[in-house]
Amino acid sequence: MLVNSEQIISALIETVQMVAFSLLFSTILGLPLGILLVVTRKGHLLQNLPFFTVLNGIINIFRSVPFIILLVAMIPVTRLIVGTSIGTAAAVVPLVFYAGPYIARLIENSLLEVDPGVIEAAEAMGATPGQIIFKFLIPEALSSLVLALTIATIGLVGASAMAGAVGGGGIGDLAITYGYQRFDTVTMMITVAILIVMVQGLQSLGNIAAKKIRRR
Amino acid sequence: MIEFQNLKKVYESGGQQVAALNGIDLKINKGEIFGVIGFSGAGKSSLIRCVNLLERPTSGSVIVDGHNLTSMSVKEVREIKKNIGMVFQHFNLLNSKTVFANVAMPLTLAKVPKEAVKKRVQELLEFVGLADKADYYPDQLSGGQKQRVGIARALATQPSILLCDEATSALDPQTTSSILQLLKKIKNEYNITILIITHEMAVIREICDRVAVIEAGKIIEDGTVFDVFSAPKTQTAKNFVSTVMNDQLPNSIKEIIQKHDGMQRIFRINFVGNSAGQPLLSELAKQFDIHINVLFGNITELQGTPFGNLIVEFQGSDKEVIRALTYINQKKISIKEVNSHAS
Repeated sequence: MLVNSEQIISALIETVQMVAFSLLFSTILGLPLGILLVVTRKGHLLQNLPFFTVLNGIINIFRSVPFIILLVAMIPVTRLIVGTSIGTAAAVVPLVFYAGPYIARLIENSLLEVDPGVIEAAEAMGATPGQIIFKFLIPEALSSLVLALTIATIGLVGASAMAGAVGGGGIGDLAITYGYQRFDTVTMMITVAILIVMVQGLQSLGNIAAKKIRRR
Repeated sequence: MIEFQNLKKVYESGGQQVAALNGIDLKINKGEIFGVIGFSGAGKSSLIRCVNLLERPTSGSVIVDGHNLTSMSVKEVREIKKNIGMVFQHFNLLNSKTVFANVAMPLTLAKVPKEAVKKRVQELLEFVGLADKADYYPDQLSGGQKQRVGIARALATQPSILLCDEATSALDPQTTSSILQLLKKIKNEYNITILIITHEMAVIREICDRVAVIEAGKIIEDGTVFDVFSAPKTQTAKNFVSTVMNDQLPNSIKEIIQKHDGMQRIFRINFVGNSAGQPLLSELAKQFDIHINVLFGNITELQGTPFGNLIVEFQGSDKEVIRALTYINQKKISIKEVNSHAS
């Protein structure tokens, strides 16, 4: 094995940092977009078809660019925001542009699952659109939203491994530079095992949280 | 009080215009239970949803307690809605919230102080008989219990109007009956105007004061429940009435009528109100030389008044039967001869 345990641990920390920050920022970006995708559609609370059509199109465009291309295409934007295009912090920018629209779609799906009857009841009570979104739609969809964010988090773990390719660091970087390029099978096995454990853990955590919210 | 004036609602789907409401004029008085009955697609759901503008009418006015909703701003309408409670067929409760939180919701939205909310919700749960279920979640309740929560929620802001959109259509007959009793209790204790939309005539019979029959977006018949049930004018109303009144003759009786010879005559006697309390048949048998055979009968109660009809066979000489008929006519009881092809 060409790497020591210290390298693995620091790579792990880098991955966790990348995933955590990009999850945070892409949720901040994706949550409002997801809500807007729902409420501006035809027949909904704040119907606005031109706005919906444009937003829907933009999200589709971002969703159709393969991440590895987005990673490179975003380099100028990353430089503008972070000041550099290399390193863990720099990897967060393309990750947010990748996961943000993805989360918007997931949240849209979760919110659309809410029984339209509940929204009708809210309207009958004289609730404002803001109250309907925050006191009816989101609480009713919460459990499903947690599962959606779990899917997004796992997607980010995978994407962050790819971000290693452009110098983002992390477990993926280790796997590529040592395991793949230098034929270090042991490092490859260890890094893959760490990713498997991470994904399993995250999914279980998400399931438990969603179940807890659904019941209580 | 709710008043509809030439209310029209037109939907557009795929370039085609479908008129759900075709000029409705109707006045629902304060403190009464008013039922609107119609088949699926007759427009009854559109009608009730126009009362709180869940659907905006295409033209015409909706006047609630003197306010013309169609000419008010969205904000003003939101305020008015707090005075209009609504109960739904599928309850529409928040599954993520407890019974308490569901009932408290309209008060929370109106920013009522916490202590006052608690007091009011407890009072409401007591009223609907669910005081012990405050911490339950909707999925732990039966259909009837869920509807009680829905009713408590609709009453939270002490509205003057309660709209029931097929409120009992998803419930079994026994539960339906208990929910209807609850609505009756609400009317009596709070003097609320209740508008009920249903396709079940039994619901109308059980609690409504007045009824309107809606068909193809128009009110084709309306009146007191007693009048519509005892003398329906339109075919649709007759069909609805016959679903609960059971005044069609069974086939076995029709066969008897077909086979009858000259010595027997068969009549339908209608009893309404006081006449239902008189011992008419035994009087006839004692005073005239005829035998009376009851073939079929059905007596029910409408709005506290007995109502029904009997199919009877008179056996005896023509003279005696005619005398008996004269006697019945004098008593102002409606009697009609049933011939072999009549129903």
